[in-house]
Amino acid sequence: MIRHFLENGLDARVRIALAVILAVAILVPAANLLVPEGSPFHVPTYLVTLFGKYATYAVLALALDLVWGYCGILSLGHGAFFALGGYAMGMYLMRQIGTRGVYGHPILPDFMVFLNWKELPWYWYGFDHFAFAMLMVVLVPGLVAFVFGWFAFRSRVTGVYLSIITQALTYALLLAFFRNDMGFGGNNGLTDFKDIVGFNVQARGTRAALFFLSCLLVAGGLLLSAAIVNSKLGKVLVAIRDAESRTRFIGYRVATYKAFVFTVSAMLAGLAGALYVPQVGIINPSEFSPANSIEAVIWVAVGGRGTLVGAVVGAVTVNWGKTWFTGVLPSFWLFALGGLFVLVTLFLPKGIVGTWSEWRAKRKTATPADASPAPAE
Amino acid sequence: MTEALAANSLLYLDDVKVSFDGFKALKGLSLTIEPGEMRAIIGPNGAGKTTMMDCITGKTRPDEGEVSFEGGTIDLTKLDEATIAELGIGRKFQKPTVFESHTVEDNLYLALKSDRGPLATLFHRLSGAEAARIDELLATIKLTGRRGDLAKNLSHGQKQWLEIGMLLAQEPKLLLVDEPVAGMTDAETMETAALLREINASGKSVVVVEHDMAFVRELGVKVTVLHEGGVLSEGSIDHVANDPRVIEVYLGR
Ligand SMILES: Nc1ncnc2c1ncn2[C@@H]1O[C@H](COP(=O)(O)OP(=O)(O)OP(=O)(O)O)[C@@H](O)[C@H]1O
Ligand SMILES: [Mg+2]
Repeated sequence: MIRHFLENGLDARVRIALAVILAVAILVPAANLLVPEGSPFHVPTYLVTLFGKYATYAVLALALDLVWGYCGILSLGHGAFFALGGYAMGMYLMRQIGTRGVYGHPILPDFMVFLNWKELPWYWYGFDHFAFAMLMVVLVPGLVAFVFGWFAFRSRVTGVYLSIITQALTYALLLAFFRNDMGFGGNNGLTDFKDIVGFNVQARGTRAALFFLSCLLVAGGLLLSAAIVNSKLGKVLVAIRDAESRTRFIGYRVATYKAFVFTVSAMLAGLAGALYVPQVGIINPSEFSPANSIEAVIWVAVGGRGTLVGAVVGAVTVNWGKTWFTGVLPSFWLFALGGLFVLVTLFLPKGIVGTWSEWRAKRKTATPADASPAPAE
Repeated sequence: MTEALAANSLLYLDDVKVSFDGFKALKGLSLTIEPGEMRAIIGPNGAGKTTMMDCITGKTRPDEGEVSFEGGTIDLTKLDEATIAELGIGRKFQKPTVFESHTVEDNLYLALKSDRGPLATLFHRLSGAEAARIDELLATIKLTGRRGDLAKNLSHGQKQWLEIGMLLAQEPKLLLVDEPVAGMTDAETMETAALLREINASGKSVVVVEHDMAFVRELGVKVTVLHEGGVLSEGSIDHVANDPRVIEVYLGR
């Protein structure tokens, strides 16, 4: 059953994308670890980490495309799920510091000692276990998304109103995580990580491994998303996007479907956040900022909404552009991003991948028609 | 008395009242549809025909009155759209609504009677029986040649037929069909009448709302005339066509 389900996701475009992603997953670490530093083929470690960060953004974009592209839910708060997954991973990494913190406390992270806390809050229990932390990486965003979705979708909040309350969700979490008494490091967040499952987070090998895992997550996320959208459930999602009330009158419980896909998407975003944090070395409340979620929407729009592969392409392209742009003209990045969004909406409404496949489809249908003799009048 | 009426009915509406911001769209509408019956409903614009269908299918909650199904055993006013659809009430909208970015075939596939839960659909595989049923439906609605085309590329009339096909795919006990021949040629109109008669002959109850008199005549069934949210007249087409109150409403304005 599962196998058939996954095989369904393997259409031609997904196969090509998977091949490219897996090649990158192997070649980049190899060029970093095996190729000597002087060689033109050597990839420096900082780039490995940078690309690893792009990969986690690509997963966030995939998650967003699943709900927005296929079910019409324009979430402007998906960064929140990414950040929640990131915090769960951050809590694990904090617990791994042990006595190596500035205050050398065996259990309490530095910021708690600083705040004069005497014992670990209950919700930090278990985060010293990697498996538990990984479970929380998916469960916490999943649960938040499910509860939020359940109420919002059952009350039939749609369109702009839904987008606004998703912004409110991420903003509320931003404010909450800023507070010191929440026990998540307040303003400064969680940082100064030492090891992950026994390996030094700064080490070249660890960084290469994290990059590899991030690429695997992109591949896995793409396969899962493609399998979902190609299943009958995926067709129901598109039906909801196109004609929500029609879908209801045919007997589908629209709210349940939306809550389902929203939850799966949030879990995927949580996993992305969890791989992001050890690579950038910090998680703080700014990850909840509404602007982050809006940026993710732009990645998807640029790559091509409702194409999955486009989400990956868009996230990598825009972030590459951002890295380049912030190097040259740092204060103009937001204008550039805004301009890009306007240009894409006006001239490339289907995004890079959407336009590309439309062009190919046109060429395919045009060629045989041109070749065949004109029908007799 | 009303219990007795309800008991033998498939669909039973009694004294249904609906108002929108003070405007009374239905003012005590009563209607009984028997199992296996086909009924035509006519009435001028704004008479409340679509609102009546909204009340039956759970889209609109009546302010007052009874709407029940299957001999008065099921109170439809308490249920949501999906539950009512699963009970066996299918609906075609006044403005044809099909899933535009799905193929004709997939539109029918989604409508086929099957488990509607998310997990069931996630792992669903098209069975041989389902594929055969889709072929059969495509033949019925004369869209076999366009099965792979996107629904948005169909003509208006073809969309109407596709929507009727989707209704049939659900295997409902009762079909509510709102203005099925709007925008159709005369020939298509007559074919649609024949199709609906065929559907009715197969044992399903049908309620058809339509303005087109030639079409209603072609159906040859009992007619209910709605006017300003209530029943104005009921009977054979000739009976209602000669009813002075109906003539007044339709012609005397
Ligand atoms: N949701 C709504 N809000 C406000 N008024 C409504 C609503 N739905 C229907 N109405 C009003 O109720 C009255 C009955 O509308 P309804 O759509 O049931 O008429 P109808 O008989 O189907 O007409 P038509 O032949 O034009 O389709 C109309 O005056 C309409 O404007
Ligand atoms: Mg109407």
